[in-house]
This record gives sequence, structure tokens and C-alpha cells, in this order.
Amino acid sequence: MFLSDMREGQSGVIERVGGNGLLRRRLLEMGFLRGTEIYVEKYAPLKDPLELIVKGYHVSLRVEEAAQISVVNVKQGR
Amino acid sequence: MHGRTLTIALTGNPNSGKTTVFNHITGTRQKVGNWSGVTVEKKEGFLQRHGHDLKIIDLPGTYSLTPFSIEEIVARNYILEERPDVVIDIIDASNLERSLYLATQLMELDCKVLFALNMADLARARGINIDADKLSRLLDVPVVFTVGNKNQGIDELLEKSIELARSDSGVSRRRRVRYTHDIEQSIALIRGLLEEKTGKNFPYNTRWAAIKLIENDKIVRERIKEILPDGFKEVLYEVQVQRDRITDLYDDDPEIVMTDERYGFIAGIIKEVMTASTRQRVDISRNIDLVLTNRFLGFPIFMIFIWAMFQLTFSLGAYPMDWLESGVNIMSSYMDNMLPESVLKDLLLNGVVAGVGSVIVFLPNILILFFCIALFEDTGYMARAAFLMDKIMHLIGLHGKSFIPMLMGFGCNVPAVMASRTLESRKDRILTILITPFMSCSAKLPVYVVLAGTFFAGSAGTVIFCIYIAGVVFAIITGRLFRSTLLKGEDAPFVMELPPYRVPMLKSLLIHMWDRAKMFLKKMGGIILAGSVIVWALSAFPADVHYSTDYSGESEGLKAAFDARAANMTGADLARQVQERNTALREIEKARQAEQMERSYMGKIGNVIAPIFAPLGIDWRGSVALLTGFVAKEIVVSTMGVLYAVDSDEESEALREALLASGMTRISALSMMVFVLLSLPCLATVAAIKRETGSSGWTVFSILYSTSMAWIVAFSVYSLGRLVMT
Repeated sequence: MFLSDMREGQSGVIERVGGNGLLRRRLLEMGFLRGTEIYVEKYAPLKDPLELIVKGYHVSLRVEEAAQISVVNVKQGR
Repeated sequence: MHGRTLTIALTGNPNSGKTTVFNHITGTRQKVGNWSGVTVEKKEGFLQRHGHDLKIIDLPGTYSLTPFSIEEIVARNYILEERPDVVIDIIDASNLERSLYLATQLMELDCKVLFALNMADLARARGINIDADKLSRLLDVPVVFTVGNKNQGIDELLEKSIELARSDSGVSRRRRVRYTHDIEQSIALIRGLLEEKTGKNFPYNTRWAAIKLIENDKIVRERIKEILPDGFKEVLYEVQVQRDRITDLYDDDPEIVMTDERYGFIAGIIKEVMTASTRQRVDISRNIDLVLTNRFLGFPIFMIFIWAMFQLTFSLGAYPMDWLESGVNIMSSYMDNMLPESVLKDLLLNGVVAGVGSVIVFLPNILILFFCIALFEDTGYMARAAFLMDKIMHLIGLHGKSFIPMLMGFGCNVPAVMASRTLESRKDRILTILITPFMSCSAKLPVYVVLAGTFFAGSAGTVIFCIYIAGVVFAIITGRLFRSTLLKGEDAPFVMELPPYRVPMLKSLLIHMWDRAKMFLKKMGGIILAGSVIVWALSAFPADVHYSTDYSGESEGLKAAFDARAANMTGADLARQVQERNTALREIEKARQAEQMERSYMGKIGNVIAPIFAPLGIDWRGSVALLTGFVAKEIVVSTMGVLYAVDSDEESEALREALLASGMTRISALSMMVFVLLSLPCLATVAAIKRETGSSGWTVFSILYSTSMAWIVAFSVYSLGRLVMT
């Protein structure tokens, strides 16, 4: 499933980061690597963007960007 | 003195506390400018320490040195081409893993690096402990603990930097990232080829260049093409062979594989030097965000903050603005009394003082606005504001952060355009600057009040509201239009860190505020001064007008007649007569001024351009008024006052009557309001646009676009209106 399908309060493990070169590179450089655990902290009031916790820091992505990241092992809580 | 100046560059991730450290090192001895050619802020500081002259450069905050964004290109070019003596990498201790990514890239460059582990106290509070000695040993890089906001470790940081700068030790090999065997093979091959082709004259570290070539770095490729015009093809061919090989082996792009490997290397280091207690302490920032970005409370709170900022900027700012205005008035009346009547006096008074005075009054607004923006940025709230607003702004093709400049535009476009520099992407910045002038600024209000009040007496409020809405609609259309045409291309990724909330430091806020003020006064002052003098000259010359009526003769005659009559009058009669005389004299003077204006160059220009405005239902007087509005929109009303030869007060009944008598209709009034709303921004805004876009092209484009749109829309309003009304 994709990161954009995850709900608030769920965590998962990144399987693959897709998207165009610029976005993909930027995400990887900020630590969105295969095997990294990712937690969906919340969605913005208008459901876009969303706030994530990855490698111990908070970061926000637009839903369309999150749709480029596939995740596995999605479960409730961290 | 030990001789030469040592250059120390500060790098680090955004939000790593880099600017705070910079402020502590340099205090107020800062020079703020732009990196040549780009609108990325360049901050330098100069100081003396331990017998050395130090030049400190604050490089833009970046997550990496991959040259995708302007900031990254600026930072990397500086290190590569200017070769600072030491590069200090400010590392947020709570974010060691991600921060080390930039660090590994720095270590691959041929420069002396020093790590400042910043805010380790906060990290410890979050249960993160870092073994700095081990980190230093493993990477062979000196490490200093700093707490930027408490001014701890700054002296040691400088001391160590000077020590490092003066040491002869070359750049250690130990600290380099080791890639897997296959990649190292490719690096070695390309490196060998580069060394063979260039000999000793290669300006960069060959290992680094080889890595960048494998990563398909366009800038490095171009540079090597310049250095190596002959062997370039061969090198490029080998690079392609190696890239294909890596892609085959790892089933992914080489640059992705390299990024992965660097993080792998970092993971190894982290395991050695960092211990994190598994139990999560209470995260204050998360708790604050439970409220501030809450699904229900987020927006109302945001609106309150923005409202407060608006109020502070424009309502509180109105007081010092008034003081400055009276200061300017006092000065001009003092000069009026002191100086002998001459053209020079007229220039000083009506050109220089009036022009510069009209700009300096914005200073309090600018100071307060930038204090608030600095407060939002330094606390970390700005990122939350962008988080909340992004969905809405994205519909116009903008970033969440564009909201603030756009909103400020309703107050005054000058600070609004300046506020656009909080946006990171240049495209976002330019688009925001292009649409901000459509937010109807407060100086345009008097024009609407006069016109709507005169021609739409009962429903003036509704009409003015509609004008404002029209501006917003126009901004949205423009945003969408340009995003899909002129400023098309890949959207910069939104990926935005939400840093922990921090207590802002007054010193930082004040420095930030003062930087803006200085910039405003310096740059705006020049353009405004020149512009006001030109406009003054156009309206003041030619001075020797041959009036159609002998105004001075008329007033002399009036005075003589009065003196004759007054000779045998006393008390109330005399007072009434004096009043009558003065009114009559004023009428004559107004008529003279109106004629002078008409015969001045400005009036001639107005007459020349009148045919352009005729299709909008605006006569030559309206045209001149709109022209003078270029200096400041408020002037439109006073110019109309002069031209219609009445008291120029927006409350004035006389102006209303004169307007009604002048043949203007409701429709032409509406068309004029639309034109004022959309047409070219005032001189101060143009100066701000020039400054923030750093491009004359965009400035001219902005003027032409807004003015031609204003004409088209006003024309449509006028034509349609006439169709409907008849």
C-alpha cells in the first residue's frame, strides 16, 4: 500500500520511494530510505498535506508526494 | 596580527540553529546582501579573535549539497570556488542521522571541516546521548558542543576553527565514506582517467569529481567540460559505462544507490556514537501541535495570529507612522519658511522631502511586520502555517507560505513583496510577487472611497467590497495562468520539515528586523528619490507658463478692491469680508494650479495618453491622476483635487460635486476603480519587486502585465456597463 493510504496514528516501513528525480532524491536525502520506519502523525485540517515522523523528526509531505512511497507492515501505533 | 584574514563558512541543515550561532559569533557586525545573481541572502560577519581577522560566512541552510535548489548550489559553489579556510557544519544533535548526510558530502569535498554539535542539551532531554570523542575519532573531524541559544561553546568553536585553519594537516582520508567494492571500482577507474587527462592542474579533488560524475551531477559535468575540452568525451563515455554497470548491478539509478550507501555508512557511525533511550520522553512540540495544527482549532488560531499580525503592523504601526508624517511635515514647513523662493526650494520640498517622506512613513510597518515574521519563523510556527494553508494555496499553484505575503498585500504591497523571501523556491517567490499587487492595498482605499462614495452613494460599501474581491479573483486567475505557462515546470517538492518549537531569542528577532529596515531604507530610498524627483519635475515644468487668464493680476485686483472696501469697515463686517476675500483668492490660486498642471509636462503627457484612457471612460484629468498615482496611490485623490480645482479631501463635498459635474458616470467611475485596483503598482512596490526578484525583466513584466490587464478589464467593464445601461 502507499503512504497516502495510511491513516493517522499508523506506522509502516518504507518499501520503495518512487516519483520524479528531484522529489525522489530529496526524499532519500532526508532519510526516506527502504526499510525506514515511518509514522503518520496527522493530516492537515484540509486532509493535505500530512505530517510524518521519520528518523526522529517531523516532516510534512503533500498527499500526491506521499502517493509515491510504498509501505509495508502497516500497523496501528509506533 | 598573524597576517591574513581567515575565512570560516557555516553550513548546516535548516533549523539546525545555524543562524543563532552566527548571530552569537558576529553580534551586530553583520553585512547582509545577496549572493551575486540570485536572491539568496548572503550574511557575512567580521571580527577579531585570538589575533586573527575572521570573516564568517553564513551559507544557506541545506539538507544536502546535491545542486538541486539555489541554496544548495550557492553553498557548494562557495566551498568549491572560494575555498574557505574552515567549514563549520552545525549539526542538530537531536537529528544526528539526517545531519550527518550533509556532513558526509562536506567530507568528500576537499575542505577542512569542523562539527558543531548544537543543542545537545535538548537532545539529552529527549534521551539522546552522543559520544562526541568517538565521533571525532571515527570521522577524524574536530567536534565541539555548542548551545547556540545560550551562547555556550561559541568561543571554543572559534578557537578550534582557528587552530584547524592554521594546521598544515591535509584532508584526512580516514573520514571518507567507503562505498561498496563495485562502486569503489568505478570511482577508482574514473578518478584514474581524470588524473591521466588533467595531470596536476585539476582544481577539485578527483575522488569527489569522480563520485559526482557517477551521480550525474550536471554542474560538475559542465565544469569538467570547460577544464577538459579535449578529453571530456572520453571521460563522459567511461562515466556512462560505469553508470550503466552500477544500474545493472543494483537495479536502480547510481545516484540513489550512492545516497543509500551514504546512509548505510552513517547508520554504522550512529550505532557507534549514539545511544537513545527507548522510552520516549514527553515531546512538548508534539503537544503544542495537538492544539496549533488541530483539525478544528488549527485554522481559527492561525486566523487569530494573522489578524494580530495585521493589526500590529497596520494599526499599531499607524501611530509611529503619524509621528513620522508630522515630522516630515514639520521639516517641510520649516524649510518652507527658511528657504528663499526658488526652483531649488520647490525641488527640495515637493520633490525630495515629499517623495522620501512618502516612503519613510512605511518604516514602522516594515519593522513590525518583519518582527512578526521573524517571530513566526524563529518559533517554528511558519512551517505550521504553511502546513495548514498549503492545500488552499496549492490550488492557485502556490506554496502554503505564500499566504502571508498575499495577505499583507491588503495592507501595503511593499512589505508584502519583501515578505515573499520566506519562500524557498524562486518560482514560488516570483509568482507570489506577481500576484501580490492585486491584493488591494490600503493606499488605494481613498480612491475607492471618493469614487464609490460619489457615484454609488447608497451602496458604496458593497461596491468597494466587490472591488476587493475582484482583486482576489484576479490573483487566483493570474496564479493559475502563470503556473501553467510561464512558471511551469516541476513543482519543487513540498517536503518540509516541521521543526520543534523553540523560544525565540530577542537578539535574533531584532537583528532580523534591523536587516530588513536597513535594506528597505537603502535600496528603496534610492529609487524612490529618483522617481519622486522625476515626477516632481514633470509636474513643475515648464515653469514659465503663459496662463490663459492673468491670475496674479486678478488676485491683485481682488486685493486692491478689498483694501478699498475694507478701509471703512469694522468688526463682524470686516471679518466676513476677509473671509470672502480669502475664499476668492483660494479659488484663483486653485484655478492657477489646475492650469499649471494642465500645461506642465505631466499635463501634456496626460493629454497625450488621454486617448488611451478614453475607451475606459476616463478623461485627461483622470489620466493625469492615475499617472501621478505611480508615486503613491494616495496621490490620485489629491491630484484629482488639483485638477478639478477643489479642496482635495476624500470627505470633500466639493470634489464630489466637481466629479459629478465633470461628465463622469457610474460606469466610468467603476472602470477607473478597476484600473486603480489592477494597474501598475506604486513606485515603492516596483522598487521592492526589483529588489526581491533581482531581475529587471520580471519587474518590467510585472508592470506591463498588471497595467495591460487593468486596461483590458477596465475596458470590458466600461463597454459592458454601457451596453447594459443603455
